[in-house]
Amino acid sequence: MTTLTLDSPRRAATDRVMRVVLLAATIIALIPLVLVIWYLLKKGLGAWSWEFFSTDPTGNFLGDQGGIKSALLGTIEMVALASVIAIPFGWGVGLYLVEYGRTGRFAYAVRYFVDVMTGVPSIVFGLFIYVTLVLGGWGGSSFAGWKGAIALALLMLPVVTRSAEVVLLLVPDSLREAALALGTPRWRVVLKVVLPTALPGLITGSLLAVARAAGETAPLLFTATIVNGTTFDLGQRMNSLPVQIYTDVGSPNNQLVQRAWGSALTLVALILLTTTVARLASRRSRLS
Amino acid sequence: MAATTPDLRHGERSVLERSPSARRADPLFRWSLTALAALILALIAFFFVFLITKASPALSHQGVLSFLFTNDWNPSKAIFGAWPLVAGTIITAAIALLIGVPIAVASALYVTELCPRRLRAPLTVLVELLAAVPSVVYGLWGIFVLIPKLKPAEQWFSDTFSFLPLVGGSVAGPNYFIAGLILAIMILPIVSAISREVMSTVPPDLKEASLALGATRWEMIRMAVLPYSRSGITGAAMLGLGRAIGETIAVTLVIGNSPTIGKQIFDQGYTLAAVIANEFGEAANDKLHAGALIAAGLVLFVLTLLVNAVARGLVRRAENKNNRPVKTVPSAVA
Repeated sequence: MTTLTLDSPRRAATDRVMRVVLLAATIIALIPLVLVIWYLLKKGLGAWSWEFFSTDPTGNFLGDQGGIKSALLGTIEMVALASVIAIPFGWGVGLYLVEYGRTGRFAYAVRYFVDVMTGVPSIVFGLFIYVTLVLGGWGGSSFAGWKGAIALALLMLPVVTRSAEVVLLLVPDSLREAALALGTPRWRVVLKVVLPTALPGLITGSLLAVARAAGETAPLLFTATIVNGTTFDLGQRMNSLPVQIYTDVGSPNNQLVQRAWGSALTLVALILLTTTVARLASRRSRLS
Repeated sequence: MAATTPDLRHGERSVLERSPSARRADPLFRWSLTALAALILALIAFFFVFLITKASPALSHQGVLSFLFTNDWNPSKAIFGAWPLVAGTIITAAIALLIGVPIAVASALYVTELCPRRLRAPLTVLVELLAAVPSVVYGLWGIFVLIPKLKPAEQWFSDTFSFLPLVGGSVAGPNYFIAGLILAIMILPIVSAISREVMSTVPPDLKEASLALGATRWEMIRMAVLPYSRSGITGAAMLGLGRAIGETIAVTLVIGNSPTIGKQIFDQGYTLAAVIANEFGEAANDKLHAGALIAAGLVLFVLTLLVNAVARGLVRRAENKNNRPVKTVPSAVA
């Protein structure tokens, strides 16, 4: 008598059915991905041309033609500034949590609120910057690229911090102890041993936050808004790809809708590129 | 671990150890990192207080309960009853959870327990790619592909099942269902990623024991994996809920932005987040209207804080069970 064969056909059948159901769910989960990418390529590639990337939107207020130069550069500028603010900040807090704040009430509160902050909707960050900096009329002009960047930085911050914490925890304590035992001061241990060991992972987490920020529309909608021309002045209004897509979609004009598809393909390509670089960086990691 | 440098009585001391600047550097380093952490708490507190201050003119004009539960949003008459927006937020989030969570959990189960080992990594990456698509792109796709393609099917459903509650009548192009469907797609990667994380913490002994007792794979999942990871999966669903509540741009593009409550799921609606995105421009010079939008933002803020706090608690419980951290940052360090 074999104990491992199923003597109940009903149980075997249930098993088979459920295997199929779970597989089907996985396939269903992938359908939207395939569809979105399919339509992006189908409708977006047609809009791509040299002019598309090298000209600004023309006309009165984002007129009916022209390309996405200002939006592309604006996105890159604002995301770059946001990263400069959020990444060191987030790594610092991550370091605090792992090196000095593993226990204790204050550390617990910080960890808790960083956790909870990851779930705050991006529009709330945008609204906050709108109310403080834009309506407050900070820095002369009302809407400005740097205000958009700060909104983006706020929403990157918890993501960078959380991922930094996770990665830094993977650095073995024996490594820290070995360095401390050699008489190295703590700050040097952190900067020369812990940080370099965790660097690939830190970069991965930060790049994923960058990718997330690059696609955000809501916080930029009312902090940087949208303008005609290309500007490198972060004190001015600034275009961004997501906001331009949002504006173009809302207008009943086929050319603008076409530009929206082209911009969307560009944006997704940009984000996938960043994500891929992030994954390659994590592959080089010696941790985990 | 010692917070100060070890005191080496014998043998060589590091040069840095002896220099007075190094002695000062250590506490300085420590306190500057602590200050950064404190700054985060200060930011959130400032955030909260500031939003309350700015929302208070509108809230005292309308009354907090009346703001939340009055069914009349009419900025031109200075009437701010946000119930249609609150209801729209709840309806779309509920649809998103109903569609998204079962699919996400099922696909997480498939990836962790059933699929061939070689397929595991690629399937994980593919599901998480859904998170890489920005909200506005889902909105664009929703308007120009999903709405026109699904409309005939929705109309057929509405006509055929008109005896059901919340179904019947003519189908609006942009509607609650489309918005919920897009939200379901958007929460799928996060719910499935965290579910997967939680399921991977189920002790192998438990699974092997049930298989050894003669359970089928499905019975092993039902009797070992699911019960063990229940709180974590609930937490994952709550995190998805938090995201669905606050999602703005995609919803704004496909919900129709009509400030009255639709009677059926194929009617147009509105959400708290969408109203902020749409009306902030006209509200800039109207303190009351701006205050009402900020109040809407405050409601979103509080709602997502609550939902996330509960979700984190549940996920943390799953963590403590196995004394192993669960990554709640989607797709981080895959």
